[in-house]
Amino acid sequence: MTDTDIMLYIHIPFCVRKCSYCDFLSQPAGKDIQENYVDVLCRQMEETKDKAVGLPVSSIFFGGGTPSLLTGMQIGKILEVIRANYTLTEDCEISMEMNPGTVNPADLELYKKAGINRVSLGLQSMQPEELKMLGRIHTAQKFLESYEMVKKAGFTNVNVDLMMGLPGQSWEALGDTIEKIVAIAPEHISLYSLILEEGTKLYKEYADSDTLLTEEEDRALYHKACELLQKAGYEQYEISNFARPGFSCRHNEGYWRRRPYLSFGIGAASFFEEQRWNNTSVLKDYLRGDFTPQDHEALTEQDAMEEFMFLGLRTLKGICEDEFTRCFEEDFREVYGEAVDRLLAEGLVQERERSGSCWLSCTKEGLDLNNYVCGAFLLD
Amino acid sequence: MSEVDQSRIRNFCIVAHIDHGKSTLADRIIEKTGLLTSREMQAQVLDNMDLERERGITIKAQTVRIIYTAKDGKEYILNLIDTPGHVDFNYEVSRSLAACEGAILVVDASQGIEAQTLANVYMALEHDLEVFPVINKIDLPSAHPDEVKEEIEDVIGLEAQDAPLVSAKNGIGIEEVLEAIVEKVPAPAGDPDGALQALIFDSIYDSYKGVIVFCRLKNGRIKKGTRVRMMATGAEAEVVEVGYFAPGQFIPCEELTAGLVGYFTASIKNVKDTRVGDTVTDAERPCAEPLPGYKKVQSMVYCGIYPADAAHYSDLRDALEKLQLNDASLKYEPETSIALGFGFRCGFLGLLHLDVIQERLEREYDLDLVTTAPGVIYKVFKTNGECIELTNPSNLPDPSEIEHMEEPIVNAEIMVSTEFIGPIMQLCQERRGRYLSTEYIETTRALLKYELPLNEIIYDFFDALKSRSRGYASFDYELKGYEPSKLVKLDILINHEQVDALSFIVHADGAYDRGRKMCEKLVNEIPRHLFEIPIQASVGGKIIARTTVRAMRKDVLAKCYGGDISRKKKLLEKQKEGKKRMRQVGSVEIPQSAFMSVLKLDNDD
Repeated sequence: MTDTDIMLYIHIPFCVRKCSYCDFLSQPAGKDIQENYVDVLCRQMEETKDKAVGLPVSSIFFGGGTPSLLTGMQIGKILEVIRANYTLTEDCEISMEMNPGTVNPADLELYKKAGINRVSLGLQSMQPEELKMLGRIHTAQKFLESYEMVKKAGFTNVNVDLMMGLPGQSWEALGDTIEKIVAIAPEHISLYSLILEEGTKLYKEYADSDTLLTEEEDRALYHKACELLQKAGYEQYEISNFARPGFSCRHNEGYWRRRPYLSFGIGAASFFEEQRWNNTSVLKDYLRGDFTPQDHEALTEQDAMEEFMFLGLRTLKGICEDEFTRCFEEDFREVYGEAVDRLLAEGLVQERERSGSCWLSCTKEGLDLNNYVCGAFLLD
Repeated sequence: MSEVDQSRIRNFCIVAHIDHGKSTLADRIIEKTGLLTSREMQAQVLDNMDLERERGITIKAQTVRIIYTAKDGKEYILNLIDTPGHVDFNYEVSRSLAACEGAILVVDASQGIEAQTLANVYMALEHDLEVFPVINKIDLPSAHPDEVKEEIEDVIGLEAQDAPLVSAKNGIGIEEVLEAIVEKVPAPAGDPDGALQALIFDSIYDSYKGVIVFCRLKNGRIKKGTRVRMMATGAEAEVVEVGYFAPGQFIPCEELTAGLVGYFTASIKNVKDTRVGDTVTDAERPCAEPLPGYKKVQSMVYCGIYPADAAHYSDLRDALEKLQLNDASLKYEPETSIALGFGFRCGFLGLLHLDVIQERLEREYDLDLVTTAPGVIYKVFKTNGECIELTNPSNLPDPSEIEHMEEPIVNAEIMVSTEFIGPIMQLCQERRGRYLSTEYIETTRALLKYELPLNEIIYDFFDALKSRSRGYASFDYELKGYEPSKLVKLDILINHEQVDALSFIVHADGAYDRGRKMCEKLVNEIPRHLFEIPIQASVGGKIIARTTVRAMRKDVLAKCYGGDISRKKKLLEKQKEGKKRMRQVGSVEIPQSAFMSVLKLDNDD
């Protein structure tokens, strides 16, 4: 990766059915709408290409929704358009989210051929009752079959998404899920603590339930899970992300290191030349070819400093204080010394020497209180 | 206007229990006499404030002149003075009554007589007003006008057989009401050529004209150039403008003569110079004696009002100053709290008054406030013979210096359906009430009389009364006096530091219960910190209740990818903003909602 690398994100907002915890932009849709959507996506990518002239793309991410609802042909077409309009680095990481039960060998082969080289499977749990609670469309068995298919198709970089902190969840259940996944040895595991988002089905059912875990219970599960994953050879590199050495997700790392990204598809967020904006989140408008940036925000130097901190501090490695000084041409200590000292005293951050530079990162306690820590880096 | 014929003037007001349709009737009368077309009518013309319209209550007395051609073919000047219905604003009512010769008593055809109906009638009779009843809401299916008429005759002793039957809402019977006014309300007495003698019944401040004085002329006349003297304050000024009231506006006129209701301006800068109840006279030809004034208003309820953001202290002071110009019953003086910083101790007529002022400050002046628990005025008799009137619990002397304390007691009348007598009596018992009597109005309704400590009814008595009677009880009270009582100061300690703004005075027997409830409430209001925070209630240094805010263990977002970044930033900013608005007590940050939450302790659980 070089300093000029950028990333692309492609949002596929279609699902077989909405999960009970999901507040993303996604919905079931017919084949013809999907086809139409792919065409518009391609048009947006063509229209945007001028921005990226001379900037190599080192990561592409198909997120959703369920991107695997698109056929191999459709994914192939999108990547073709990207290649025709953008310059990809040789080792470009091209990730695609898939849902168990929505994959088949034929399409997988086409995805592979099209250039997909990393697969992220949304599993969430191996416990039948938990899958049911989450409103997932697949069983644990179905996942194992899909996983097998993915491996057979030749994918050598696979992530499995898991979820923890479900209402009433015991360590037995979570530990069992993790052990079963560790046993099939994917390269990467994401473990997300459930957030009850207002307006979701799960929220309605559980917001007032006494089976909701307390903060203490949630953290106890999380700490045990981190330990178990660590023991199994997965290094934690961010709050919710674990990988075998060399397999951290380049795309997500890019978000936390403020690498620029252009995004295509409804509701997708872009970050480019210190500006942030979103695509329209109305499918109808997007299909009409409305690519007007929404919620456009030009970041000030101060915004950039704050982001540098609150994004970087999600990673276990943390932020490099010297890099901050270099980037912003202001002494890190001068800007944040007071906040750092307070957090050091509270035991929430630590400073460590790493190849001649000073790095600031969250302690284990600091990770659990990441919002509190990051809040300290907002400037007046 | 040429010389007004005094025999064609009628000054009247409308009294009623809250919700019996007083303001609606006033609207119809105004509409009927053609002052406004119905298109121009906004519902409840006389309720000027947004707040009044929204809540359907009248807060400030309003006045309007109506010209009515009666069936006898003659033109009459009717001065209608609309009065507030709520018990808190009795003070406003009594002021208005003094400006009238007659009162329309509105009684709801299905509800019949209520506690405030009685209170208002007695007040009107005390002022020697001619009172005649009107039965309203006869269009309701539940209306039983004949029984209500009988009730009026039996309970109040007013002739009611020929009372107009009205539906103010539907404009039925308004003509008869107007005729009854002409017929039954006496024309004002008084000598237009005598020495000027006018009663100030209200005043408001206008930034262009200065103080606008509302008055009722008893004798003499007033016009531009008259040099007036306020007899109590001694202030003198030259009249710039006189006039009368149209809905929502002032109509200047040549002069006001005996019997009329109107206003004058005289470039008076200070509202304090024109005290309500004072008598205005002609400085060059003064009258011999002032008119009997009103009782001075007594603040019944006190609380601390603080700006949520300390930087807005001076905005709050300006706002209070302006509000007081139009509401002389509002009292305030600066005070400081360790927890809340600079603010004001404010005195109110009652809890609704407090509520109204607080809402006006927030809405009309765009202020964000923190209010402390309302309290009453306690008398503290010290061992050195001194007696202090305590309005702020923090100022309570050391117990060793206190000989004894007294608290205000009210005489309360509660009108209730007989089926709810049990629960209501129980409620009064719980609130340390002393039972006086039960009078049966009819077989299904009774008037309960109790003596109640004022501090037991200022919080949520109305709500409790309504819920225990399914809305069928009404309530009125008046101050009886002070009585010795076993009172203690309940303090709240957060992380071992006493929070002065949360202290209050309570009867010793209720301290434990109250302390426990406050601790339980606060534990949910104080955000988790990095450390555990004990919340304790104490009386005289002894801890009587405790809860604990556990240390914060989780404050983290599971995901932060491309689309989440702006959202995360907003979340952090919101948290930071929230923190800024919190009050720091020791190492604990307390949100303003915590101070407010203890105002609403539900006594039913």
